[in-house]
Amino acid sequence: MEAAMMLMRRVNLSYGRGYLKTAIGVSLIALLSLPVCRAFLESSLINHMLIQIPLLALAGWMIGKGSFSSLFQQWNERGIPGLLIAVFAMLFWMIPRWLDAALSEPLWEIIKFITVPLLIGIPLGISWPRLSSFSRAVVWSNAISMLVVIGWLYVAAPVRVCNNYLVNQQEAFGYTAMVVSLGISVYWIGVVFFGKWDKAE
Amino acid sequence: MNVRGAIMIVALLIAGVGILWAGTDGLQVITAEGARRLATQEKPKPLPAVLLTDQRGEAFRLQDFQGSHLLVEFIYTRCVTLCTSLGETFEEVARKLPDGTLGSRVHMVSISFDPRDNTANLKEYGERFEAVPDHWRIARVESEEQLEQLLDTFGITVIPDKWGNFEHNAAVHFVNSQGYLDQIIDHAPPSKTLETLWKRL
Repeated sequence: MEAAMMLMRRVNLSYGRGYLKTAIGVSLIALLSLPVCRAFLESSLINHMLIQIPLLALAGWMIGKGSFSSLFQQWNERGIPGLLIAVFAMLFWMIPRWLDAALSEPLWEIIKFITVPLLIGIPLGISWPRLSSFSRAVVWSNAISMLVVIGWLYVAAPVRVCNNYLVNQQEAFGYTAMVVSLGISVYWIGVVFFGKWDKAE
Repeated sequence: MNVRGAIMIVALLIAGVGILWAGTDGLQVITAEGARRLATQEKPKPLPAVLLTDQRGEAFRLQDFQGSHLLVEFIYTRCVTLCTSLGETFEEVARKLPDGTLGSRVHMVSISFDPRDNTANLKEYGERFEAVPDHWRIARVESEEQLEQLLDTFGITVIPDKWGNFEHNAAVHFVNSQGYLDQIIDHAPPSKTLETLWKRL
């Protein structure tokens, strides 16, 4: 433990914060890929969609901020191309078929572990600071409405969308997605009424 | 907006839409169940020569029905929900087909994937739906390995829940007279199975 702290401090001192972020991101991916973590986080649809995949994206975000923040930026006009990559990758991983494939086929599991950090987290991490407030507002408002619609669909759908999950988990996921969406809305209402939202970062 | 930004955005939109198009087989399929049905229709599959035992304790293989149309369902006899409606579908098919069709040009097999099911259970299930054993066999697979092989070929995912029941994908599977699985449809309403069968006869 002490040795690890020493190492972290040295990395931090000698290479700056960027490397620390990258190290945290990489360790998070390593941690998530441990069989114990995988078994737990893939045991239910909620853990899979709302914990594992977001954490993988977060790991990518850290790596992006740590190591790639100045790369590709001449190709990343106002952060929009990076955002597009992340949006398409997210849409892909929301197709039940491929989520199922990641559970039943090891190859797709590996693809998930690579593409979620690489194509969702990293592009978001390097593009978010470049996005205008307007673009960010569009992203947030879409996230809120999309989560509600998806949640409602999962609760109301009479069909089982994933062969690897039970129907009651599907319903539980639907309600959780709606609660998350409500949480984001409440947060933003708080910011709008009580925060210093008019003073841009 | 500079030219590079515009090029990136257009290229990413095309690539993104292309990937989502491919990932859903041209917006036709979003679930693994849908993918299984489409793949079967496009590329019929030969069946493994698995040894089954019916409700009379008689051994047979699915290949024995070559030359006639075969309808296959996957069930477990303790099931009171999905498998009951699967049973009712076959019961209705048996009732509505013209005399002499069932048992000659058409055969039906319900296969249990529950290792607890014995011959008595199968017999009881058959009697519940007034199955005539010569026309409609309720069967189980003795060897665990062969059962796996069979479920794998048909694309049936079975997950036990904590109450001793199973969650499983339900459908009616059509095997053509050459012994190839070539069509999978919803088991409800029963009229759909009858219509599909009628077109195939």
